[in-house]
Amino acid sequence: MSDNLIQGETGAWEVVIGMEVHAQVASKAKLFSGASTAFGAAPNSQVSLVDAAMPGMLPVINAECVRQAVLTGLGLKAAINLVSVFDRKNYFYPDLPSGYQISQYKQPIVGEGVLVLDLKDGGQRAIAIERLHLEQDAGKSLHDQHPSKTYIDLNRAGAALMEIVSKPDLRSGEEAAAYLEKMRSILRYIGSCDGNMQEGSMRADVNVSVRKPGGPLGTRCEIKNVNSLRFVRQAVEYEARRQIELLEGGGTVTQETRLFDSGAGTTRTMRSKEEAHDYRYFPDPDLLPLELDAAWVEKLKAGLPELPDEKKQRFVGDYGLSAYDAGVLVAERATADFFETVVDPKGKKRDPKQAANWVLSELFGRLHKDGKDIAQSPVSAENLGGLLDLLADATLSGRLAKDVFAAMFDSRRPAADIVAERGLKQVTDTGALSAAVEQVLAANPTQVAQYRAGQTKVIGFLVGQVMKATSGKANPQAVNALLHKALG
Amino acid sequence: MTTEMTLTQARAALAQRKISARELTTAHLAAIENAKVLNAFITLTAERALAMADASDARLKRGEGGLLEGAPLAIKDLFCTQGVRTTAGSKILDGFTPPYESTVSAKLWQAGAVMLGKANLDEFAMGSSNMTSAYGPVINPWKAKSGPAKGRDLVPGGSSGGSASAVAARLALGATGTDTGGSIRQPAAFCGITGIKPTYGRCSRWGIVAFASSLDQAGAFARTVEDTALLLRAMAGHDPKDSTSAAIPVPDYAAGLNGGVKGLRVGIPKEYRVDGMPEAIDKLWVKGAEWLKAGGAEIVEVSLPHTKYALPCYYIVAPAEASSNLARYDGVRFGLRVPADDLIGQYEATRAAGFGREVKRRILIGTYVLSAGYYDAYYLQAQKVRARIAEDFTKAYERCDVILTPTAPSAAFAIGDQLDDPIAMYLNDVFTVPASLAGLPGISVPAGLDAHGLPLGLQLLGRAFDETTVLRAAKALEDAAAFTHRPEPLP
Repeated sequence: MSDNLIQGETGAWEVVIGMEVHAQVASKAKLFSGASTAFGAAPNSQVSLVDAAMPGMLPVINAECVRQAVLTGLGLKAAINLVSVFDRKNYFYPDLPSGYQISQYKQPIVGEGVLVLDLKDGGQRAIAIERLHLEQDAGKSLHDQHPSKTYIDLNRAGAALMEIVSKPDLRSGEEAAAYLEKMRSILRYIGSCDGNMQEGSMRADVNVSVRKPGGPLGTRCEIKNVNSLRFVRQAVEYEARRQIELLEGGGTVTQETRLFDSGAGTTRTMRSKEEAHDYRYFPDPDLLPLELDAAWVEKLKAGLPELPDEKKQRFVGDYGLSAYDAGVLVAERATADFFETVVDPKGKKRDPKQAANWVLSELFGRLHKDGKDIAQSPVSAENLGGLLDLLADATLSGRLAKDVFAAMFDSRRPAADIVAERGLKQVTDTGALSAAVEQVLAANPTQVAQYRAGQTKVIGFLVGQVMKATSGKANPQAVNALLHKALG
Repeated sequence: MTTEMTLTQARAALAQRKISARELTTAHLAAIENAKVLNAFITLTAERALAMADASDARLKRGEGGLLEGAPLAIKDLFCTQGVRTTAGSKILDGFTPPYESTVSAKLWQAGAVMLGKANLDEFAMGSSNMTSAYGPVINPWKAKSGPAKGRDLVPGGSSGGSASAVAARLALGATGTDTGGSIRQPAAFCGITGIKPTYGRCSRWGIVAFASSLDQAGAFARTVEDTALLLRAMAGHDPKDSTSAAIPVPDYAAGLNGGVKGLRVGIPKEYRVDGMPEAIDKLWVKGAEWLKAGGAEIVEVSLPHTKYALPCYYIVAPAEASSNLARYDGVRFGLRVPADDLIGQYEATRAAGFGREVKRRILIGTYVLSAGYYDAYYLQAQKVRARIAEDFTKAYERCDVILTPTAPSAAFAIGDQLDDPIAMYLNDVFTVPASLAGLPGISVPAGLDAHGLPLGLQLLGRAFDETTVLRAAKALEDAAAFTHRPEPLP
């Protein structure tokens, strides 16, 4: 990991990072109440009596959230704990109506697992997962609605979160961001979290410390609620620099909770260790221990979808794609599915490398330009496949295909329709092309003379002229052959 | 007088149309009016009671009607009642009217019962004298005929003091209570009536203001064992809204009530002979065993060796849970709010004004025992002790079917006594707390009077979810004791 070392005045430093990812479980109802979890509703319109902690109200576990947590654990190749316990984490805050958050402390639902990080150099590294537990989200305090009052929105209060804790195995802001990205990919594959960081469905607490390479772990600071890949990278980089400067200046790092200021790209103190809460965890007496049936877990395991790592391996092995291309294609399940629909519609296998190129360069390029994602692509996988077929049977030249693709993107229509309508079919008939070749030779005596004098490279120009004369419809190979023949 | 009827008698009279539900309710409302001095109710719901009675009469007229059709009851003011102020005996719930009905009270209304009002209680059910209520103490209708308490008002016990006092004073045919460490059984004993705490999980806790969630359990007061059995049957049952409620069918408790105790093994725990217990209570306990033996039961000595740790264990577990359960009373969403300049100030001012001394004491104890550095020594240790106490009972029930003990170590004491000494007050629960910690059912049956003419109760404990046997043994005890004493009617 020498690449990741940071040079300070006293030499190289290693950054050590552990992540706590909070992922909102994709469920219609909250973890312990029937209230909706839909995003964007009017404030306090999705609050049950349980969420508002009215006297005498009791939590009842939402089985769907348990299922999603177990699936996620299985996706992280983690141990599933057949008995887990919900605890109360006690603290006072207005957006925490009951005065305690129901969480899992000593006995989480999921134990140790692993997440494979795809490194930039094409290599991979396993990051150890310490645990995954289920807990309630808090509500939202709105400080900007009134000059002196704070408003409370409890729509989010009680929504199910998975807290996924890694071991301190990450070594740079880049890696931390890659970890978060990979985690999001896995969660989306499983369908247990929509991974939407802007809406707050996924956020990370980042624990950062620095040390001399090989030395003992340094004192860490926890940066709370970082909510984008870029911010994770920035926060780690800033925080590592800050700690190094502090240490090299003869100071010490104080264990504390810090906030990331996304505007300034800096972190600042939120609360010190001395101010840390004593959460007084104890098992929630309103809930019995959560007991899972081993057979049920096995059934979920059997029904697990193919996950990015396995899919990537298959794309490399079965389709002969480069690790990089395969990695990009599998990052989102929708992209991978799109690609596979292009390649292999009902066993009629198209050229996978060509398909990958078209998806990754033409389609992605255009989607990116238009600010669309794969789900919004005007060109369906079936239609892109159709275009590749026209390329394969030489109906279209590569150049024509790009034009047709652009038209497909604008009109959402299949390639064959556009080809028929515009008469774009590639001309391979030598009879029809001969006239154009003769015209071009007659019109460009200088180049013809140059060719005959041995400057054979000039043929490219002549081919281009024929293509132009046929509005690009000519088959370039056929034109080439005819020119060679005519020029003797 | 109509209010002298037992629930069973009233059911018969109603079914035969000898009396209407309206007449029965009106008579009880009049009795409550006449007994205001007892302060048994925090809120009266006279209009609602009459409307419910009329609805009962209509059903009875059609030959319909549930198990408790037309029966006027008092509801401990810890049960949330839709549209009716619910206080938990605390100022902090000032102005709180729940938009929902507790599962247990809803089941009672479904069975046709009539709500007279909300009965007074110790604040958040924390107390053994009903002295901690923000709505003033409840007075026990019994008076000492001699001794130091003569001429003084007596406590009804607690925390369900209003419920017990109301049933004893013939202000209601029955009442609901909750029992966390003895809050039904001890006041039943102090007021000379019957009170049952069923197995933890038998009744839903949904809609009952929580004190200590792993211990709280709803139960019933009445003037006979049979009436108590009827009430419990209507209240009990699985509730998917309470994860700790048991999915076990509810038997017809009244059906086998007269089966007798022939062959029943009655355990006498040797550790329950505590120092300084009045002789009258010891004698009554012996007599109780003799009565059951005469009925054909076999008396066996059993050992519950961890009994002496029960009270300290309880006074760690219950406050720990309470400190967390009561965090929601923060002045933000409902109840009392005392404004201040900032958030912490508002919390402090609200909770300082809203909670009484005993509640504050328990929140402090509970917060302390859960704190980092103390958790293992207190809370965790208490959990271990609790498991041992439960084991004690499991072992004891290998040798017996029910356990007979006194309900409380004393008769009702005068208002104001023991108030300055929380430990003395906590000792009231010495015989009731162990079964609470083990989650087991228990009943208190009035069995005799002490030298000063005050009622004493005997407690029968049973196996988990075996209320049927507990009630059957209690009925035998009731028959043998032939307890016909009652408090002097109020002038």
